[in-house]
Amino acid sequence: MKQTINFILNGEPVSVEVEPHLTLLQVLRDKLELTGTKEGCGMGECGACTVLLNGKTVNSCIFPALEADGKSVMTIEGLTDGQGHLHPIQKAFIEYGAIQCGFCTPGMVLSAKALLDENTKPTEEEIRHGIAGNLCRCTGYLQIIEAIKAVSGQ
Amino acid sequence: MQDFINIGKRIPKMDAEEKVTGKAVYIPDLKVPGMLYGKILYSPHAHARILRIDTSEAERLPGVRAVLTGYNTPPIKFGFYKDNPPLKANKVRSFRDEVAALAAIDPDIAEEAINLIRVEYEILPAIFDPEEAMKEGAPLIHEEHLGGKEKKPTNVLNLPWRLIAGDVDEARKNSAYVAEDRFKVTWVAHCCLGTSGCVAQFDMKSNLTMYSNTQIPSLAQKDYLDALSAMGLQGKKVRVIKAMIGGGFGSKLDTYAYEYIAILLAHKTRKPVKIIFTREEEFFATSPRQPAIIDIAQGCTKDGKMTFRDIRMTLDNGAYTSWGATTPSVMMMPISSLYKVPNVRYVAKCVYTNNTYSQAMRGYGNPQATFAIDSQIDILAEMAGIDPLDFRLRNANTPGEVTPQNFKINTCGLRECIDVVAQRLDWRQNRGRRDGRGFGMASMIHVGGGARVYKSDGCGTIIKIDDFGTVNVITGATDMGQGAETVIAQIVAEEMGVRVEDVVVTHTDTDICPWDVGAHASRTTFVAGNSARGAAKKVKEQLLEVAAKSLGESPENLDIRDRIVFSKNDPEKKSPLGKILRATHYAAGGKMVMAEYFYDPPNENLDKEFKGNLSVTYAYGTHGVEVEVDKETGQVKILKYIAAHDVGRAINPMLLEGQVYGGATMGIGYALTERLILQNGKVMNPNFLDYKMLTAKDVPNIETIEIETDDPSGPFGAKGIGEPGLVPTAPAIANAIYDAVGVRIKELPITPEKVLAALKEKTNLK
Ligand code: FES
Ligand code: FES
Repeated sequence: MKQTINFILNGEPVSVEVEPHLTLLQVLRDKLELTGTKEGCGMGECGACTVLLNGKTVNSCIFPALEADGKSVMTIEGLTDGQGHLHPIQKAFIEYGAIQCGFCTPGMVLSAKALLDENTKPTEEEIRHGIAGNLCRCTGYLQIIEAIKAVSGQ
Repeated sequence: MQDFINIGKRIPKMDAEEKVTGKAVYIPDLKVPGMLYGKILYSPHAHARILRIDTSEAERLPGVRAVLTGYNTPPIKFGFYKDNPPLKANKVRSFRDEVAALAAIDPDIAEEAINLIRVEYEILPAIFDPEEAMKEGAPLIHEEHLGGKEKKPTNVLNLPWRLIAGDVDEARKNSAYVAEDRFKVTWVAHCCLGTSGCVAQFDMKSNLTMYSNTQIPSLAQKDYLDALSAMGLQGKKVRVIKAMIGGGFGSKLDTYAYEYIAILLAHKTRKPVKIIFTREEEFFATSPRQPAIIDIAQGCTKDGKMTFRDIRMTLDNGAYTSWGATTPSVMMMPISSLYKVPNVRYVAKCVYTNNTYSQAMRGYGNPQATFAIDSQIDILAEMAGIDPLDFRLRNANTPGEVTPQNFKINTCGLRECIDVVAQRLDWRQNRGRRDGRGFGMASMIHVGGGARVYKSDGCGTIIKIDDFGTVNVITGATDMGQGAETVIAQIVAEEMGVRVEDVVVTHTDTDICPWDVGAHASRTTFVAGNSARGAAKKVKEQLLEVAAKSLGESPENLDIRDRIVFSKNDPEKKSPLGKILRATHYAAGGKMVMAEYFYDPPNENLDKEFKGNLSVTYAYGTHGVEVEVDKETGQVKILKYIAAHDVGRAINPMLLEGQVYGGATMGIGYALTERLILQNGKVMNPNFLDYKMLTAKDVPNIETIEIETDDPSGPFGAKGIGEPGLVPTAPAIANAIYDAVGVRIKELPITPEKVLAALKEKTNLK
């Protein structure tokens, strides 16, 4: 039995019919064709599927789509403004070489956003903690940490 | 130092915007109209005879379009040894063996259908230890495989790796000190964040298009063509289109069964078929780094000059043979040529077992061998009563040297690397206190100028310039995140006098791109870079020739800067590139400005004795580390990490640092935390919770130091740096642990349990 969910997606209201077993990730990628959110494990262990739900990070691969009803969801596609201007975090990732294969990047950027929204001047420890749920195999994280520091003006 | 405009600059990756906005398209994001979803059924046993497969129920499920088994598919065989059919008939030899596969209209139906396939097996005795597998009477993995002089059935592969230089036995007799140890290394996984996958599609003429994430497009094309031939589709064409690659690290240097299965399903259904691995499949059905048992002896004179190195190695090949079986040829590199050692003997055996089969992973055997060699250097130095720093300096390689494997060492910054690491660690002050804090170092050699593994080590480049002055570089190189397109753009921009922004690099389509042997052996910057530079030189010459006509100046007097062609004599004589191009195209008897260049470095294939100058230049490096070892818990904490590398020249220091950070981080995982646990052939930890790769909380700050030796054969002096970052990591850490608490761990990963056990044994011995 399909159910309808209504939520705010990247600032716009959406209404989608979903099968109750679907995850938010499946709805985003398969129904809404927002493929910027990646699946690295499907088990809540890598953070590639990170989206912001009411401003907080969730692993959308294990998050039931039905529970997004009435909430606000931000995916990587929502981070650039309407004119296609990059968010300062995105700019910093580019500038500091925080991107290699890029598969972890959308999730990593959103975790960084959630962190900085809550704490504008995180310590290095706090940054590392804030992105600890996002695995990256390419970069060794150091340029990512630098990028996040730079955005917070450190 | 020369005045470069684009070389040595920290230029962001060209595709970074696409990736950071989620617009980059990876295989899982790809949809082709009418596409079906493929799914594979694997063996539940390590070794068993297949008695019966019943696919009827799966076939009847609505939405299923085709079900295939090894009994109703053509006899494709793939892999280095051609011992691996994509779907197995008669017998399974490991848990990852593909027994059946199907295609359905959506992934859920495919999943449901795969569970409806019934297979009956007769379990066979299995073998998981390569040393046991070599014994007479051991169960045979491939009964038809014959080996040895007598051509008898055996599990030992017919790949007798053997490198002999000088007289090891004599040198051993004359050595003042001899160390003898057994080291062990185990499986680790690439853990590419993007899982494997492909889309296979046939056109009406039965030509195949593969959307793939391969690191070796031209070679994969050949593999797929062979498969088409086996399917009765001789003379058909294959086009390989690369999507964004979610990490490579060697995992995509071979083609896999799933790719052939997708091809078979697409052919059967006449529809495009997509297969995407789950993370679990990624862990158990792709091929990890080789495990090895390494028996090593090294000796030195009284004053610490190395006399010999003698290594016997047994490699667990697993049930099938990929290119990974050739890692011993790369292991020969550190074995023969890391430090000056006049007498060398190396014998390695690859042995079939019922374990998963291994393959290439960043370093390609080098990290395994270097772990043993450079751990034991510390042991030997201690026997000789020499500071391991001095021991290394005394035996360090030098420019102009010819090593026992006939490597001709060109530029060599090893001494500088060792020195700078010692300096940064304050080595002489700090080392040798055994107070729970310890200092260690280890060095590495790797090919720096490509490697002639295949008959060719070449790469082609085409450059054309359009009407508006945009420089289109079409290269054989593959970018899988390391930044090949950016480095190539920098090289072309520098050579031609244009800006990096004016360069567009195309590298994703075998119908368009020139030939190349793939992204391996850290060769892309060097080989594809030299190729691009060659093409840029040629195209610039053409350009100046046509510009000369329109500007009324001789070509020698012209140059390009910032997309303006100008006369070096008369600043008034100048014209924008685009204008010159348009004038050339729109003229009667017009001309196209375009050049191609094929670069194949003067690298040599190894001869019958496995000797020869494999690479025109070699990359050296030294890592140094300070650790703190908790004697209560066995936990090892890295306090300081220095990675010094002879890079020739850093074309793009930011991307280069990214390679070293990423490599070293992977290396720290190799040293301390990562292990694919196989129990009777079954992968027990196919997930990120139980397979411990480093997180942002675990990685230490790494200081990179680039030693620029400006190699005469490199593009603007550069050497390859893709792999070196993880090669010396494990021995450096092991050596530091020894310095901290006096225990020598000879088996990776160095877990707290192993450290504790060794500490306990040490106190018991006292
Ligand atoms: S894909 Fe969701 S955590 Fe890995
Ligand atoms: S950039 Fe490849 S996984 Fe992070």
